[in-house]
Amino acid sequence: MVTTSEARVEAAFEELAVERPLLSKVKEFARKQPLGTFGAVIVLVMVFSALFADFIAPHDPINNSYEHILESYSSTYLLGTDQFGRDILSRIIYGARTALLVGFTAAIIGSVTGLVLGVASAFFGGRFDLLFQRVMDVFMAFPLIILALAVVSIFGTGIQNVIIAITIPFIPRCARVVRSSALAIREIPYIDAARANGFSNARIILRHMVPNVMAPFLIMITAFVGQAILLEASLSYLGLGVQEPVPAWGLMLQGGAEEYAESAPWVAIWPGVAVSLAVFGFNLFGDSVRDTLDPKLRSQ
Amino acid sequence: MAKLLEIENLKTHFFTSAGTVKAVDGITYDVDEGETVAIVGESGCGKSVSAMSILQLIPDPPGKIVEGSIRFQDRDLLKLSQDEMRDVRGKDIGMVFQEPMTSLNPVLTIERQLTETLEEHLGLTGKPAQDRAVEMLGLVGISEPHRRLQQYPHHLSGGMRQRVMIAMALMCEPKLIIADEPTTALDVTIQAQILELMKNLTRELGVALIVITHNLGVVARYADRVNVMYAGKIIESGTAREIYHNPHHPYTLALLKSVPRMDQPRKAKLDPVDGQPPDLTRLDDGCSFRPRCGYAVAKCATSFPALESIKGALIVSCFEQKKVSMKSTRTPRARGAATARKTVRKAS
Repeated sequence: MVTTSEARVEAAFEELAVERPLLSKVKEFARKQPLGTFGAVIVLVMVFSALFADFIAPHDPINNSYEHILESYSSTYLLGTDQFGRDILSRIIYGARTALLVGFTAAIIGSVTGLVLGVASAFFGGRFDLLFQRVMDVFMAFPLIILALAVVSIFGTGIQNVIIAITIPFIPRCARVVRSSALAIREIPYIDAARANGFSNARIILRHMVPNVMAPFLIMITAFVGQAILLEASLSYLGLGVQEPVPAWGLMLQGGAEEYAESAPWVAIWPGVAVSLAVFGFNLFGDSVRDTLDPKLRSQ
Repeated sequence: MAKLLEIENLKTHFFTSAGTVKAVDGITYDVDEGETVAIVGESGCGKSVSAMSILQLIPDPPGKIVEGSIRFQDRDLLKLSQDEMRDVRGKDIGMVFQEPMTSLNPVLTIERQLTETLEEHLGLTGKPAQDRAVEMLGLVGISEPHRRLQQYPHHLSGGMRQRVMIAMALMCEPKLIIADEPTTALDVTIQAQILELMKNLTRELGVALIVITHNLGVVARYADRVNVMYAGKIIESGTAREIYHNPHHPYTLALLKSVPRMDQPRKAKLDPVDGQPPDLTRLDDGCSFRPRCGYAVAKCATSFPALESIKGALIVSCFEQKKVSMKSTRTPRARGAATARKTVRKAS
């Protein structure tokens, strides 16, 4: 009796000690976060179409075909064609590439810069912190789109300038959130211990503080990707973003929305659906990532 | 023996909106090579600040070392540049903190935390660094050091974490270790183990140790010399034996009286030190212990008694030290010290 129960306890401990395989973790996530999984599926579909656009897209997205202008749904053109006879479905698939490229690059560069600046600001404190936060305040005072407009009007249009325009407003937002977490961490003795060990400021910031603010940071990154996609679409719609003929969702809306809203609604509807779905997917995914990473919510 | 550390007239003040806090106000002491020196005193008397000042880890602003010199191996630490000072921290002087539960970074493995010091100061990485980490973990009495290296701080108990902290402080073979209340956060049996370990290690490795504590039992058992601090000043200093057997300062005497003793009836009331430590922003010219002192005379209100040498290494700053000394010899202090030792020994 005793031995068997002991053995059982031991087995249970071993089970706990063994790292669970990825698949079972994914399954658990799917069970606990059905909405998040839905979001993740949308994100994955987007990533897949962006990566393999060359193979999935039925037509060339920039090939004008004047015999097929503004055609409705058909077996050749599943979602119809636009005013230049280009296949809408193909343009949406290729558009995912633009959206994700801008979304991920802007979100990652913006939030990583914000992360380092925010932690540094909290670590150094004092006058540096005060000054830095006021600069951030100035940036935060601009509405996102206005700031992006300013950047585009200085640097001009084009995909890399769109990325810069979207990245800049992300930096203060991320820095602000990260700083507040880092302020709490700075007061914990292991940071004093690191200083007492003679580590350089850069080492303390990057290796001791940054890993400890990862949870809020990861959540912010997923939210930023969605926002960046939306911003890119907005900028392109306003004619300040990606330029024709590059397939981009906002650009497709711009071309079709007003003129053909009644005669050929598919020109505007489908890119709009794509943008909404993408942002929705990233937001759902981000929310569930937060719930999973936050231990206070996890235990329930 | 050669002097390892000489602190002279060190003053660390904090400039706050409520006024200047003279946390450390002109302390002078030294530490020989391989010696264990204790700094005792109530909370807020400046013992931690004096230790943090040695490593210059005082947050500035509001803190600032305004005067004095800290000579360590014939270099004045206060004259070193930031970079030179960084090299001293962790390499020549190690530090053990009060809170083992929060002094290790929760997201780094034990190995990473131990080897990082080697990487920073000696450029040692990879296998040799790992070997050294294993060796040190073994030395501080952690079982299965190889397995522990891969673990995270939350896998370890408080006592084990404090052992890891000690290993960390010893990684680069420092000459001096500063332990800021190393046992306060641990339970009594573990306290004794950790103290025993530190005593043995410092003796074996010839490392000098500054122990900051308010636990007089610790002092009796482990320290060679004792500095008693009150309101930012050292008011009595001597060998542990001298301080215990025959204290000359009323504060030291009161501290010793306030400790529960095994040789007294269990129901005997403790004799606490009356009153509160003074507000460090509002110190006058007189003796800062005066309001709580039973021996105070008129002179105490007008001037601060200078430290005077009594006998041997004992120095004290009190006008009425003779009276206190007479009083303290009449009470069986020797037995008190012996009991304090016994208590600790029993616990271990």
